[in-house]
Amino acid sequence: MTQGPKKTKDAAHTVGRRAFLAAAATAGGAALTKPQAALAQTQPDVRPATPTVPSAAGAAAETHPPAADSLTVGRTGSDFMVDVFKKLDIEYLAMMPGSSFRGLHESFLNHGANKKPEILTCTHEEIAVAMCHGYAKVEGKPMATMLHGAVGVQHASMAIYNAWCDRVPIMMIGGNTLDSTMRRPGPEWAHSVQDNAAIVRDFLKWDAQPVSLEDFSETLMRGYSLAMTPPFGPVMVVTDSELQEHPIEGKDPPMSRVTVPRPPMGDMGGLIEAAAMLAKASNPVIVADRLVRTQAGMNKLVELAELLQSPVIDRYGRLNFPTMHPLNQTARAGPVIAAADVIICLEVVDPWGVVNQLSDVVHRFSRRTAKADAKVIILRADELLVHANFQDFQRFPNADLTIVGDGETSLPYLVEAVAKAVPAASRAAHQARRAQLEEVSRATRTRLVTEASFGWDASPISVARVHAEVWDLVKGLDWTLTGSDMGFQSWWPQRLWKMEKSYQFAGGSGGYGVGYGAPSSVGAALAHRKHGRFCVNIQSDGDLMCNPGALWTAVNHKIPMLNIMHNNGGYHQEWMHVQRMAARHSRGLDNVHHGNVLPAIDYAKLAQSMGMFAIGPIRDPAELGPALRRAAEVVKAGEPALIDVVSQGR
Amino acid sequence: MKTASLALAAVILSVTSAAAQPSTLTGDVERGRKIFMDVGCHQCHGTVGQGGNAGLRLAPNPRSADFIATYIRKPPLVMPPYTEAALGNQAVADIHAYLASIKPPPPISEIPLLKQLAP
Repeated sequence: MTQGPKKTKDAAHTVGRRAFLAAAATAGGAALTKPQAALAQTQPDVRPATPTVPSAAGAAAETHPPAADSLTVGRTGSDFMVDVFKKLDIEYLAMMPGSSFRGLHESFLNHGANKKPEILTCTHEEIAVAMCHGYAKVEGKPMATMLHGAVGVQHASMAIYNAWCDRVPIMMIGGNTLDSTMRRPGPEWAHSVQDNAAIVRDFLKWDAQPVSLEDFSETLMRGYSLAMTPPFGPVMVVTDSELQEHPIEGKDPPMSRVTVPRPPMGDMGGLIEAAAMLAKASNPVIVADRLVRTQAGMNKLVELAELLQSPVIDRYGRLNFPTMHPLNQTARAGPVIAAADVIICLEVVDPWGVVNQLSDVVHRFSRRTAKADAKVIILRADELLVHANFQDFQRFPNADLTIVGDGETSLPYLVEAVAKAVPAASRAAHQARRAQLEEVSRATRTRLVTEASFGWDASPISVARVHAEVWDLVKGLDWTLTGSDMGFQSWWPQRLWKMEKSYQFAGGSGGYGVGYGAPSSVGAALAHRKHGRFCVNIQSDGDLMCNPGALWTAVNHKIPMLNIMHNNGGYHQEWMHVQRMAARHSRGLDNVHHGNVLPAIDYAKLAQSMGMFAIGPIRDPAELGPALRRAAEVVKAGEPALIDVVSQGR
Repeated sequence: MKTASLALAAVILSVTSAAAQPSTLTGDVERGRKIFMDVGCHQCHGTVGQGGNAGLRLAPNPRSADFIATYIRKPPLVMPPYTEAALGNQAVADIHAYLASIKPPPPISEIPLLKQLAP
């Protein structure tokens, strides 16, 4: 076991404090004399007539040091906590500092040597948690954050909600001071909370507030284990400041160990039934959303699709299926669903939305877009983790068969069952379907490339052109794509780029909470860094303005990534909502931009102010390619860069 | 798709009796461009009508001004409806003139970045 620092007599501390008081007195005296003349010329003199003199009691309290043995301590609870933490092999801990975890902060730095985890400095707790979100989806395991009492958790809440909706594991350590008699007057009271995790409990997978170090050890291991069991989720362990800072008397308490449970697989009988339905179908369709975590998962999905020669619709909660595979019919989701007789939804967040639409009109109504008798099969783990208050669980799907289990874990068994269920006599029909889908796929790709040519030389630069230029940059590299929800990019990367590795795209925010793009991309780029991947972040302007400090963290910790600003100057989706309301009231459209337009922000200067290499704003499409290549050299050298592209809306 | 086309045709027929159809009005390209930007058509349809995930492509070679008027008054899909009080027929004629002025892009064979993406 790692030993804490040796207990030493704190003579230096005492001398330092006295020296500080002496220095303060000198500085105070100087302040009374030197700047007076200058002050008198520029502003009224509001200083008190006589200097404030501490009372006798105050002076005694300030100058009489406490007993030496209470000034320093040896091994404290926070050192033990760091030792427990190291068992989890967590690489990074993103945080904004806060006094409620000062004990842990110092122990991570000095006792833990700031390694595994290494602390990453953030300028907002929302950034810290969103970084954890982006990292976990790439690395397949959590990173950690520390949140300061009531204030840090509230700052972090939106990012926690995104992680909850996206079912992503995050280890969060909250700080708190439970014993009210131990709180310093003022801020420490305002920052303390009786039940810290209650603020965000509706969207946590689990939380606890251990009251002893042994309890902490078991709690941290349980938290990690739960976070890493599908359905994944963020967990919070609240650490009391007294528990962190109090010395350990005698021997350390026992330390727990963690074993990540095997993920839950779907019922085999259900999988066999699903396989039979798919094998008998005339037009089976596979819909995947938050399914694939690994390349093995993507390969299995390809195997399933090719066994059936069925179209696949990727809803891009993750990158589930190679974009250029001829069975990828995502761009034709409407007609494919309309023709289906059996639809299997693999880790689909909203299966109801796969086969229904709801119209955004005065009197809203829904209609089924699939055939009335089309069968819907659901395979997902979501049913194992549903809370009541927040409604991210979507509309009740009315499925014909629901199998509860982790999709990626169950997939090999489903493939095996389908291979057995498909009769040999069907193979000719399957091959005919494959040939037809190949032809349709080729036509669709031709159509999409043609569509990308419209507005090619426009300024603001078309979103399609931006992505064609970026593809030309990355096509020969080991690249990855991150960013805000890709609907804002009209899904051009997924339409134009050859994506075939599971890590090349990890989906959106989950909760559609704006402010996710920049910090989650920094976290993702951090995870990609050790693999040497070239990370491209397509960054929406409104999203960046929620958490611009994420750029600074990327600079400060040398996280290479190419940020491409989608600078469209407004909140276009919300703009359209106000347009809809104005049109509905026949009130004209003159005012609808108010509240929806971002002022002309110079994002290159914003990035430069934080030490990031940046070019822009770029309005001429002919200048984009050369700018991208210049910025790419910076990224390849290990630094982040930003290109501000004045772009079309979507 | 066929059902949607029939529904749209029915909508068009039901509105063709309205007075002062945009096709009878003279549109102004520059005024149309300004309206297209000011009222926010460009947000979904792009500044040169190229379309995107949120809106259909409108140019080059736009549908007739009357068709556009009919469509925006009673859109069958996700677009919000725009009554004549919100966007008059003269404005529609101007928008149509602007869309009609937009030149087609070069062919894919002349755009190397897209040529490499074609199947």
